[in-house]
Amino acid sequence: MNFVPFHKYGTPKYFYSWSLALRPWLGGACVLLFIAGLIGGLFLAPTDYQQGESFRIIYVHVPAAWMSLFIYIVMASAGACGLIWHVKLADIVARACAPLGAWFTFLALFTGSLWGKPMWGTYWVWDARLTSELILLFLYLGYIALQGAIDDRRTAARAGAILAIVGTVNIPIVHYSVEWWNTLHQGPTVSKLDAPSMDTSMLIPLLIMALAYNLYFVAVLFERVRCEILEFERNTNWVKELTRDKGVV
Amino acid sequence: MASEVSFFSMGGYAYFVWFSYGISAIVLLANALLPARKEKKLLAEIAVRERGKSENL
Amino acid sequence: MNDALNAARAVALRDLKRHLRRRQDLVQPVVFFVIVVTLFAIAVGPDAAIFAKIAPAGVWVAVLLATTINLDAMFLSDYQDGTIEQLLLSPAPLPLLVASKIFAHWCATAGPQIAISIVVAIVLGLEGPVVSALAATLILGSPILSLVGAIASALTVGLRGGAMLQALIILPLYMPTLIFGTAAMHNAALDLPISAEIYFLAGLGVMAVSLAPFAAAMALRIRLS
Repeated sequence: MNFVPFHKYGTPKYFYSWSLALRPWLGGACVLLFIAGLIGGLFLAPTDYQQGESFRIIYVHVPAAWMSLFIYIVMASAGACGLIWHVKLADIVARACAPLGAWFTFLALFTGSLWGKPMWGTYWVWDARLTSELILLFLYLGYIALQGAIDDRRTAARAGAILAIVGTVNIPIVHYSVEWWNTLHQGPTVSKLDAPSMDTSMLIPLLIMALAYNLYFVAVLFERVRCEILEFERNTNWVKELTRDKGVV
Repeated sequence: MASEVSFFSMGGYAYFVWFSYGISAIVLLANALLPARKEKKLLAEIAVRERGKSENL
Repeated sequence: MNDALNAARAVALRDLKRHLRRRQDLVQPVVFFVIVVTLFAIAVGPDAAIFAKIAPAGVWVAVLLATTINLDAMFLSDYQDGTIEQLLLSPAPLPLLVASKIFAHWCATAGPQIAISIVVAIVLGLEGPVVSALAATLILGSPILSLVGAIASALTVGLRGGAMLQALIILPLYMPTLIFGTAAMHNAALDLPISAEIYFLAGLGVMAVSLAPFAAAMALRIRLS
């Protein structure tokens, strides 16, 4: 099959237009999912027998943690694409992922800490999962610092890609830490192959929130990528056409 | 289902639950709004520059 | 193949001679290490029991910091005088040459570092099993530190704010080594077996030896393109 006609959709110009067309749909779906998830999580899910109402933090903690890992993988993959196949858009995507990933990691750590106090009696403990998640935050910050320190964007993107790929080894450590070590953090409840050990009425809002966070990430990532494209392609004709069409004041 | 007062107090865990949700909301909203504003600003900047150039011709 | 090995040996010998010639550069990290351990001891205070518990951790952290400070010597001066560009142009595979540089750097710096660490550990009053655990984990860990450090060093060579940036990048990557090194010492203090930690460190070492030279070589190519 001839893939060449598809390649144009990966160029900054086409990406700008199709992602902009997608924006209202992504935004709308995201808002609806958030509303559904919050209603399900805050009102419909029954109170937990052991933890009382504090377990409701799960609906902001777990999605943020899942996103922190997922975004790192996206960042490393995009970096690898840019490194191997010299796809400019991949470089921009990788760079745009990093601050989002760092924020989600921070949220996971912060909300987890607030959950830990009522559940375990402490805000922090140096067990495997919390420590490896903290390491993930430092990896994100190091990546952002490295990209900021190199002036040439192409070189910065490629150097960042190497760093992101090297740091990928931390992702399985975070994920499997609760299985490999005796940790205070609870074990895996949602797995791909087994039935989850959480009640359905509590699980559904969690999955809805996870999907909402995912759509949110995609929407905001596209927004950030569009900003970068505008910033660095401002001298091209298609950008100039764009502003002329919009008739922006 | 819990009454209104009980909902806000979250069974005594109000501080933990609402602080978590609050900080998540703030971070998510800020991260969503800032790039949108930046995009508008960039488009306006480019348009002004273009208009300036075409008027100079 | 012969040419490549000859080139690698030449690079290693040149670097080793250069490192050994600059005595000052060898001694400074050792002095820094002793100062950090002293600061740590002063900060913990006179309580001997508490100090005995935390001392292994303090020694390992001081080793990490001293190694991080030392990493500049690997690529910086060669970057500044153009030697790295020559290496890039050489027909020998760059990962092999980078591995030789890392090896030479490790030979010059790890020996004194491990020796002073053992001496300091004994002086601090750590017991026999703990000191042997320290020695074993350092011997296994220092190649990992040099190899992974080379990646960060190659990524940040010559950048403004390079030393701090290098440290910021490298410390998360050093944490697994730190975790296993100190876990081994804690287990040794409790008379528990340390084989698990040794196996993990060996595994990390094998991964580092096989992958780090390639990553560092790619990083140098990117930075010098």
